[in-house]
Amino acid sequence: MGGGMSDLTVWAVIIVLGIGTFLIRWSFLGALGQRELPGWVLRLLRYTPVTVLPALVAPLVMWPAANGGEPEPARLAAAAATVAVGVLSRNVILAITAGAVTLFGLPYILG
Amino acid sequence: MSPSPEPRPGQQQPAADDAAGARALARSPRAAFVHGMVQSVPFLIVIIPFALLFGVVALEAGMDLAQVMGFSVLVLAGASQFTAVQLLSDNAPAIIVILSGLAVNLRMAMYSASLSPWLRRASARQKAWIAYALIDQSYALAIQHYERHPRLSLDQRLAYFAGTAVALCLPWMAASWLGATVGQAIPDDIALDFAMPITFLAMIAPMLRTVAHLVACFVAVAGALAFAGLPSGLGLLIAAPIGMVAGALVEARAERQGRA
Repeated sequence: MGGGMSDLTVWAVIIVLGIGTFLIRWSFLGALGQRELPGWVLRLLRYTPVTVLPALVAPLVMWPAANGGEPEPARLAAAAATVAVGVLSRNVILAITAGAVTLFGLPYILG
Repeated sequence: MSPSPEPRPGQQQPAADDAAGARALARSPRAAFVHGMVQSVPFLIVIIPFALLFGVVALEAGMDLAQVMGFSVLVLAGASQFTAVQLLSDNAPAIIVILSGLAVNLRMAMYSASLSPWLRRASARQKAWIAYALIDQSYALAIQHYERHPRLSLDQRLAYFAGTAVALCLPWMAASWLGATVGQAIPDDIALDFAMPITFLAMIAPMLRTVAHLVACFVAVAGALAFAGLPSGLGLLIAAPIGMVAGALVEARAERQGRA
C-alpha cells in the first residue's frame, strides 16, 4: 500500500460508496417508483443526459490532468472532432474513431 | 436515424418507423435480450479500454487486485471509481472520498427517475437488479429504446435492459481485472486518460437534435467550466440542473409557438 491509506480505509470506501451508489440508482425505481411523475419533471429529465455528461466532461477537456491542468491542443481538437462527427453522422463509433484519430494523430503530425 | 413522418407533439424522440417498430414489438423476451446485447457491443470499444485503464490506474495508486475488483463489482460506476482512486492516492479523508464519489453518481438518480415510468410494474427484485446495473451506457440504450418503441411489453423492456447490462457490466469487471493484472505493460505515453471524455462526448453528440437539447448542453458546459473551481463533483451538481431548466424552457417556448 502506498501513502497513508490502509486496506481498511480502502475497503470502507468501496463498501460505503457501493451501497450509496446503489441507493442513488434505486431511488426512483424503488422507493419512489409508485408515483406518477408530473409533466414538468419529465420535461426536465429529457435533458438529463445532454447536460450531466457534457458537464462532467467539460473540465476534463479544458484542463486535462495529464497535461498538468493546462489546456492542450490535441485534446481540445479531439473533443471538437468527436462532437462534430457525432452531431453530423449520428454515429457513436464514427465519433469515437474521429476523436481517437485526432488525439493520437495530431501530436504525430505536429511533431 | 430516419426522421419520423408525423412528429407527435410533446415527444422529442422520433417514433420508430413502422417496420422497426413492428420488429421490436414482435420480439420474444429472449430475442429482446439478445437485441439489447447486440446494441451494446459498440460501447465495448470504449468500456473495455476504460476499464483496463481503471485497473492500471488503481494498481498504480496502490490498490491490490481484490480492491480493484471491489470497486468494479460493488460500485460499478467508472467516473466515481476514478474519482475515488484519485482521492485515495492523494490521502484524502475517507469521508471526502465517499462524498465525492457519490456526488459524481448523483446523476444516476435522474436516470432512475427517467426510467421509472417505463418500469413501474417490475417486481422489487427486478428493480433492484436494474438499479445495480444502471450505468451511463445501459441507461442511454434503454431510454432510447423505450422512447422509440413506447408500446413494448414490460417483459420486453426488462429483457432488453438485461441484455445491455450483461453485455456492458461483465466486460467492465473482466477488463478491470485484466488491467490490474497485466497493466504495468501499458506504455505510459499512451493518452488513455482521454478515453472517458471521448466516450461521453460521442454518446451525447447524436442526441443534440433540437435547439432545446443544444441550449441545455451549452448552458451545462458553460456552468461546469464556470464552477470548475468548486470541490470535486459540486460544479456538476449545479451546472447540470441549470442546463436542464434551460432546455425545458426552450422546449416549452417552442411548443407554445408551434401551437400559436
